[in-house]
Amino acid sequence: MEMPTPDASVLSRKAQIVDRLSEVLPRDAVISDERETRAYECDALTAYKCPPLCAVLPANTKEVSDVLRVCHEMGVPVVPRGSGTSLAGGALPTADCVILGVAKMNDVIETNYDDRYIRVQSGRTNLSVTGAVETNGFFYAPDPSSQLACAIAGNIAMNSGGAHCLKYGVTTNNLMGVTMVLMDGTVVKIGGAHLDAGGLDILGVICGSEGQLGVVTEATLRILHKPENARPVLMGYDSSEVAGQVVTDIIKAGILPVAIEFMDRPCIEATEAFAKAGYPMCEALLIVEVEGSDAEIDAQLKLIMEIAARHNPVELREAKDADEAGRIWLGRKSAFGAMGQINDYMCLDGTIPVSSLPFVLKRIGEMSKEFGLDVGNVFHAGDGNMHPLILFDANKPGDLERCEAFGAEILKLCVEVGGCLTGEHGVGIEKRDLMNVQYDPADLEAQMAIKDIFDPAWLLNAAKVFPLETSQARRVA
Amino acid sequence: MTPKSEEELAQMIAGANGPLRIKGGGTRPIGHCEGDVLNTSAMRGISLYEPGALTIVAGAGTPVAEVEKVLATENQRLAFEPMDHRALLGTEGAPSLGGLAAANVSGPRRISVGACRDFMLGVRFVDGQGNIIKNGGRVMKNVTGYDLVKLLTGSYGTLGVITEVSLKVLPDVETTGTLRLHGLSDHQAVTALSAALGSPFEATAAAHFPKGPSGDPVTMLRIEGFADSVKYRADRLRDLLKAYGEVEVAVGDGAEWGLVRDVTAFADQPGDVWRISAKPSEAPDLVARMDAKAVQYDWGGGLIWALTDKGRDLRAAMGAFDGHATLIRGAADVPTFQPEVPALAAITAGLRAKFDPRGILNPGITT
Repeated sequence: MEMPTPDASVLSRKAQIVDRLSEVLPRDAVISDERETRAYECDALTAYKCPPLCAVLPANTKEVSDVLRVCHEMGVPVVPRGSGTSLAGGALPTADCVILGVAKMNDVIETNYDDRYIRVQSGRTNLSVTGAVETNGFFYAPDPSSQLACAIAGNIAMNSGGAHCLKYGVTTNNLMGVTMVLMDGTVVKIGGAHLDAGGLDILGVICGSEGQLGVVTEATLRILHKPENARPVLMGYDSSEVAGQVVTDIIKAGILPVAIEFMDRPCIEATEAFAKAGYPMCEALLIVEVEGSDAEIDAQLKLIMEIAARHNPVELREAKDADEAGRIWLGRKSAFGAMGQINDYMCLDGTIPVSSLPFVLKRIGEMSKEFGLDVGNVFHAGDGNMHPLILFDANKPGDLERCEAFGAEILKLCVEVGGCLTGEHGVGIEKRDLMNVQYDPADLEAQMAIKDIFDPAWLLNAAKVFPLETSQARRVA
Repeated sequence: MTPKSEEELAQMIAGANGPLRIKGGGTRPIGHCEGDVLNTSAMRGISLYEPGALTIVAGAGTPVAEVEKVLATENQRLAFEPMDHRALLGTEGAPSLGGLAAANVSGPRRISVGACRDFMLGVRFVDGQGNIIKNGGRVMKNVTGYDLVKLLTGSYGTLGVITEVSLKVLPDVETTGTLRLHGLSDHQAVTALSAALGSPFEATAAAHFPKGPSGDPVTMLRIEGFADSVKYRADRLRDLLKAYGEVEVAVGDGAEWGLVRDVTAFADQPGDVWRISAKPSEAPDLVARMDAKAVQYDWGGGLIWALTDKGRDLRAAMGAFDGHATLIRGAADVPTFQPEVPALAAITAGLRAKFDPRGILNPGITT
């Protein structure tokens, strides 16, 4: 993966830059010692590492504004960082950048149950947003797998999803407002405690802009009352075609489950060896969860079980209580960990139309043989968001490159069948150079034109999202 | 001008010498602008409908009614419940999908499932220089690049002319239950609706009429789903709200919500019509400051419709508040949209200058 050559004129001014930043921040909020900046050298895409010039940890909007103003004046690139859990390299530094970490900004500013929102500083973790409101019976709906660690700032940057977005949507559908600092230090407030912010939907563009338009310091998030209850059912089938048909039939029957998860045989085998959840050995396993009162759940599950039974399942298991529900989810929740026990893995997240599922799985199986790398598939089946996990050995020369080439072929396939490169992880550096597969030059030009407005000098996280040669003229201008 | 294809539209825009007024079905003349009419009605037709994937793709000129009819054959619907502006604005014609998207038109169910913009999966559009641009796609989860789908939705044609729309759809419901409370003050009503919306019982609409059909206040909640589930939740909500008085429950097809959605009560009344998005708990005080001829609340108080004397700038009466006001029906001397603070106005102006450097797409509509 290529990154731009660091700007020598920035590298040579390190001492000056650190001095200026130290003038606007408390002493302990500027990290410039090479032993300490190493903590920021990568995110969860650990194959790529590069220590930054320095890192800063501002505590509020004013300090973020001061940092950006200084960097803007001095022409220093900035890479914003939430909790560093990006799987796409969204927070990967360049050697000439200042890492702007929001980790210190984790306060709850306001909770309002009547108007159903919470306002937080953006460094707060996803799960602790729910943590702040759950004693009142409320929750924040988007639930990425990394929710224990990931920050709201990163969720907004990547427009994160989760397992339950079939019903509740992703970050953009639950974000009501932000306070954001532009690269020149200007503070803008967009939206608030009302629905559908006025004017152009700038909030909609900021969400998912991967930290390239500004640094979000505060967010107003929609909170919901928890459902009375939720319960899953597990079903196993002899082919992915049949499992795909079951998903379609459930949706066409007018039922909107809160989650529909899919696992294929390699994934089932790995999780069974690891977590012993008692899953059936079969080609395709589905976990379907519904919500409501016990009576409502019973009624929905009855319909779902009827549909499932019509397709000759090798196993059909309904959770009768919380214990059984826990066991059904156990394997799915340990899937990534289980695959990680076997080898290093790369997790993709292309999305496909649900109808293409059998074809895509078949092709992935064939490609797995061609590339000589095993792959397991975990999948948000309701919304078509795939998570192929390609296994490779990071210590074996050439394996990472082979894995990346395999991954690129899978993502191209996703686009070919009418889907996209990334459903919830973001482009970052990982899928940057594949953007031309999904978009024509005019499409990318329109997107880059937006960055021109917010960050004319292209200082914010500039080496991400767009293919380097496509953004070259702007980055070096 | 009525282009038959995206390519023809692109040529027309590239070759245009003056302002263009973009027209879909012509049923929502919100805002004021002059220019040659550019009609999208010939770019129509449903190109893809996959009920099992909850996805439909159609040309911008496709009538909304045609889309709804096709969805109904599979028991599905546009869940954001787009308002029909014809009665309120005294227009005729057939609302189009492109107009729906360009004005981000939603209805009472927005409070529970989201707005039009939340169901938009993809767009194709032609910008002010005649470039054909696509963004998003036809899948439900997509974070590939910037979300121009949201930016175009609700941009009132000022950034580009939408040619194709891809939408997420949802299953239709078996039964609708409507709960009614009578005689509540605005404050009581919003508090009651907040209690219902903050419960696990999933109300899909929450409205209040200070003057209902009989002249007395009526507060309404809607629950939808399978029949047993609707009955169960109606009972629980009745318990939850008993402090506010007796709750009437009616089960049926929910036709009464069409009146809420289309603001039918103001249709034949003279005066300007304002649409105000607000923080629900602040809505009654805002209404008190408005001195309107009539109001109705939707979205649990978060959306206020106000009928006022002609030519008044309601924003001056309300003062600063968390939200924004749009003049949906009124004269050109009052700004249609809420003026933005300078930092935001600069971004908006920058975006318009990038996408339409000659300023020919619906000029004047957003001022």
